[in-house]
Amino acid sequence: MITELPDTTTKDISKLLVRLRSETGAMALGRVMTLIIVVDEGGADDAVEAAIHASRQHPSRIIALVAGSGRGASRLDAQVRLGTEAGGSEVVVLRLYGELTKHGASVVTPLLAADSPIVAWWPGPADDVATSPIGQLASRRITDASQGGNPRKALHRRRAEYAAGDTDMAWARATRWRGLLATALDLPPYEPVTSVTVTGATDSASTDLLAGWLAVRLRCPVRRARSAPGTGLVHVRMERKSGPIELDRPDRRTGTLTQPGQPDRRLDLVRPGTAQSLAEELSRLGADEVYREALVKGLPLVTNARN
Amino acid sequence: MSPARISRGTNPLRDPDDLRLPKIAGPCAVVMFGVTGDLARKKLLPAIYDLAGRGLLPPGFSLVGFGRRDWDDAQFAQTVREAVEAGARTTFREDVWRNLSDGLRFVQGEFDDDAAFDKLAATLRALDEERGTGGNAAFYLSIPPDAFEPVCAQLDRSGLATQEQDSWRRVIIEKPFGHDLASARELNQTVEHVFGADSIFRIDHYLGKETVQNLLALRFANQLFEPVWNSHYVDHVQITMAEDIGIAGRAGYYDGIGAARDVIQNHLLQLLALTAMEQPNSFGADELRAEKEKVLAAVRLPEDLAKATARGQYTAGWQGSEKVTGFLQEDGIDPGSTTETYAAVKLEVYTRRWAGVPFYLRTGKRLGKRVTEIAVIFRRAPHLPFTDTATEELGQNAIVIRVQPDEGTTLRFGSKVPGAGTMQVRDVTMDFSYGSAFTESSPEAYERLILDVLLGDPPLFPRHREVELSWRILDRVERFWARKGRPEGYEAGTWGPRSAAELLARDRREWRLP
Repeated sequence: MITELPDTTTKDISKLLVRLRSETGAMALGRVMTLIIVVDEGGADDAVEAAIHASRQHPSRIIALVAGSGRGASRLDAQVRLGTEAGGSEVVVLRLYGELTKHGASVVTPLLAADSPIVAWWPGPADDVATSPIGQLASRRITDASQGGNPRKALHRRRAEYAAGDTDMAWARATRWRGLLATALDLPPYEPVTSVTVTGATDSASTDLLAGWLAVRLRCPVRRARSAPGTGLVHVRMERKSGPIELDRPDRRTGTLTQPGQPDRRLDLVRPGTAQSLAEELSRLGADEVYREALVKGLPLVTNARN
Repeated sequence: MSPARISRGTNPLRDPDDLRLPKIAGPCAVVMFGVTGDLARKKLLPAIYDLAGRGLLPPGFSLVGFGRRDWDDAQFAQTVREAVEAGARTTFREDVWRNLSDGLRFVQGEFDDDAAFDKLAATLRALDEERGTGGNAAFYLSIPPDAFEPVCAQLDRSGLATQEQDSWRRVIIEKPFGHDLASARELNQTVEHVFGADSIFRIDHYLGKETVQNLLALRFANQLFEPVWNSHYVDHVQITMAEDIGIAGRAGYYDGIGAARDVIQNHLLQLLALTAMEQPNSFGADELRAEKEKVLAAVRLPEDLAKATARGQYTAGWQGSEKVTGFLQEDGIDPGSTTETYAAVKLEVYTRRWAGVPFYLRTGKRLGKRVTEIAVIFRRAPHLPFTDTATEELGQNAIVIRVQPDEGTTLRFGSKVPGAGTMQVRDVTMDFSYGSAFTESSPEAYERLILDVLLGDPPLFPRHREVELSWRILDRVERFWARKGRPEGYEAGTWGPRSAAELLARDRREWRLP
């Protein structure tokens, strides 16, 4: 069910939400959080779709703050979705115009679900995430460095501005790689890793985070090598006395794990979609210490190759 | 700066803070016996695909089917694919399937065929070399218990059960774990003779369900419930597992086993243990098991079993909108069968916490609907400052944990009926639901349990001691029933025989309508 409220107020939206919830009764599921999406018109539809999909695991009230033109008169258009169109969540899409575009935090305040955590997500480029008014409302802030023109620069910005509760989806995209590498070290031979090379696209923030994480955890030299833009994470090589552990994904789909004395193992290593990464982000509502370490401490430890 | 130390159990890439890092099983193969059976087709194979799709199976994971069919690997792969496409929870992706299907093998043979098991051993060795399964294998015995003996003996003879250094061999068995204490012990000896106690994983798929694990969270992570979780506040507990289906196709197994052995012995007594146990020191396998065993050992049957048990057999009737036959008319059932399809029993827990609080367990086939739940019913308030008429519609407060379907928790309490004038209090419910929209993304019980086996993580698997304790409780009931001839009939689609209602009526209580 989709209800449009053109040129409206937050009071009317609140009333509508209460009314819809009591009318549809059974659909009023236990929402565990409010997810605020800060987005522009171009990215709005995709972001809302991804959020709805992710909210199947994490029932939430989803509020999309879509900034329109800042010129002209202030105006608020709202769209409320419930039921099948909302994947079981409540979705409120707010389109802000005029002076109101600068006051998104004030607009969402009356609409936040009671007594539950607030998560903010910037699917596109973002600045001053934690110190922005929306960032101050939220205890969890999710960015996506890969969406801007220069993902690695965006990641360094995240590093400079880091506050507890921040994470970047580039980190979620490295999770599967991290899991495989960690599992490889669970098994014999138990030898320290003496050095690491991580290869990835020049525009791959996940590669940088993975390298930073390995540098912090393994306390050994880590080199970051470059591949062509758009190739994503390509290769990790961890040197050990008995020979290297290598995880290779040349085609962005299928990976190969190579270890000395063992046959090559192929595995599915497709880049997770936005909804999947968002769902992973939403399953943690506290600060991600391991991310902080990889970002803040790890990045400077990595040697960037010149080739 | 020296590189971080790595040794067995010390992995610098693992950190307790790192909740994102998935637990991926180490290199291994699964050998499945009974791969053409219903359970394998509907649950196990889809669960294995889902695990692969979620990236939780190790690279090089291999699955070997063992069975009588004259199949080659490709035909086996086709069967697996059909089962996966029909039953998997996650969407079917060719990439995932290709990697999984590379590791599918089929070994044809009978359970008493030495050559077939030698071929199985050779297949596992070859997989080890080709795909790097690391010498690790789990044997899933999805077969009738009378086949355990020959299969275990063969696994032993062919050296398949022997674990080398740094590798493991595990065996997974499903209920029924025997049909009484003596046979359970025998069965256990058969398996334990070949596999170590730590290598035996008994699957009770209820324990893999989210709600059952949530029961532990509800009780031990909250301040709200545990203070009233005792005989001061609780009047009684009802644990129900009702099925709407009959014995469809399982006549051979079911006749002579019956509802109590099939369900109460394992599922319901496990649910009772989790509901009634004290707080474990931690959620480690040993700590959890210690508490479960302790409470199971404190469970007693009342002296007079005639008053503390009820059993029934369904007769023809209407299961909802469908006309169904009676148990004795089902294909493959002896028309003189005394097997019960409904069983109810009253149990007492002799601990300080539960003294005087009866636990009523019931299960049956062809009941009103399919539902499994634990209902903790509270005492009435000691004094009600209202008139009798104001509270005549007020029942007892209750916490209901719905295990399936519609997983969730309900809290029932009294609330004022709106309107001016007279005060009137009526029962209302407050509901927490995992909700249909969300469970589609939460893992199936078998996914969880198979992964736990491959990781060697045992908290959710009952040990032999628990099985023994459960049979100790049930054996007396079974002996009592054996002397009593035929069970009472109950019409299909109803909530069981009259004697079950009388069982509670004698205690001035009644069964909940679940």
